[in-house]
Amino acid sequence: MALKQTPSQTVGPYFAYGLTPEQYGYPLKSIAGAEMRGPDTEGEAVRIEGQVLDGEGACVNDAMIELWQADAHGRYAHPADPRSSNAGFAGFGRCGTGTDPENRFVFETVKPGAIADGHAPHINVIVFMRGLLTHAYTRIYFADEAERNAADPVLSAVPAERRDTLIAARTEDSGQAVYRFDIHMQGENETVFFDV
Amino acid sequence: MSTELSFNRRDWGTQPPYLHAEYKSTARRGPTRPLVPIVSSLSEVTGPVYGHESVGELDSDLTKNGAKDGEPLGERIIVTGRVLDEDGRPVPNTLIEIWQANAAGRYIHVVDQHDAPIDPNFFGGGRCLTDADGAYRFYTVRPGAYPWGNHFNAWRPNHIHLSLFGPAFATRLVTQMYFPGDPLLDLDPIYQGTPEAARGSLVARFDIETTEPEFALGYVFDIVLRGRGATPMEG
Repeated sequence: MALKQTPSQTVGPYFAYGLTPEQYGYPLKSIAGAEMRGPDTEGEAVRIEGQVLDGEGACVNDAMIELWQADAHGRYAHPADPRSSNAGFAGFGRCGTGTDPENRFVFETVKPGAIADGHAPHINVIVFMRGLLTHAYTRIYFADEAERNAADPVLSAVPAERRDTLIAARTEDSGQAVYRFDIHMQGENETVFFDV
Repeated sequence: MSTELSFNRRDWGTQPPYLHAEYKSTARRGPTRPLVPIVSSLSEVTGPVYGHESVGELDSDLTKNGAKDGEPLGERIIVTGRVLDEDGRPVPNTLIEIWQANAAGRYIHVVDQHDAPIDPNFFGGGRCLTDADGAYRFYTVRPGAYPWGNHFNAWRPNHIHLSLFGPAFATRLVTQMYFPGDPLLDLDPIYQGTPEAARGSLVARFDIETTEPEFALGYVFDIVLRGRGATPMEG
């Protein structure tokens, strides 16, 4: 390889007016937000929520979470996926943890389909924040997919005792499916982060 | 869904580690356990796609996109360069988002309490797309240095934050561009947290050819994203 990768640097505490301006009330249009689902999006409507917790268990109020997911049929809106994806569903969301009273990230989306046989449905996640010099990759799997989770090649490569850190618990709120996914940066329940 | 496409892994010879003691907030926020290698699939080689519709007319000109009744104060600059992959191929049509402090070192962000003036004609956020050759160009003002709480008398060097997608989720990059000759670079734990051999690539180059006469100083900052991998992947 001729060239070296440009080093990552932290997003710092002031990312919001560049990356999540509408959510934080700044006068710039956002390219993506936490409402990933439109009125015509196919699939089961779900909410993905959680907190980011530091090594002392304190809730982080200046993190930014990005989600990237397939549509309800397991297709990505990207040219590398030869199958055509659900019209109007981009599959990308962004949410900062600085505007919710409990400093949660809260995404409204649809549950993705599996990208292929043998894979479990999942959402790809990037965590950015002050104090992270390089972003951290993780994945959200779904607690009600035990059978497909057991066969998933990525989940299977994770030490068994740490797999639970990637599985979002399912609850309901006024008929809406809610998956809770807390991200522990450190500690006994440190979330699994991937070398993507 | 199988695909031949894959991307090189992060090069930890250039990428900063999660834990860097001198940058204090890494101590409670950086993951401590080894990363789990992922078997690449469509999930990693795809990523959000943004086109011209996502970029407004003034989005790449920060000297105009926040102007209310005049021009922002400070030294007008051009920041330009190319986005390439590790093999030197241009990365075309990729979105670059930037944010920065104003010329006095003050962010518009509500949590910035630094006692420096807000500029009513400067917002500090912008974006543009690279062209077919991977080239991009912003007009802005040179950001000021500002103090932060990492240690006694800590000051961030002048810098501009840049966020890039590249072709896939795997190529995502958020970084900072610095200015040549800044004495604060030697004292900055964020810059110094980067492997020594790679630090210099975060410093833009002053370029008289880019400089526009009677108008603005030119800085060139090329960005290298992860290249395409050779290894076939599963699933």
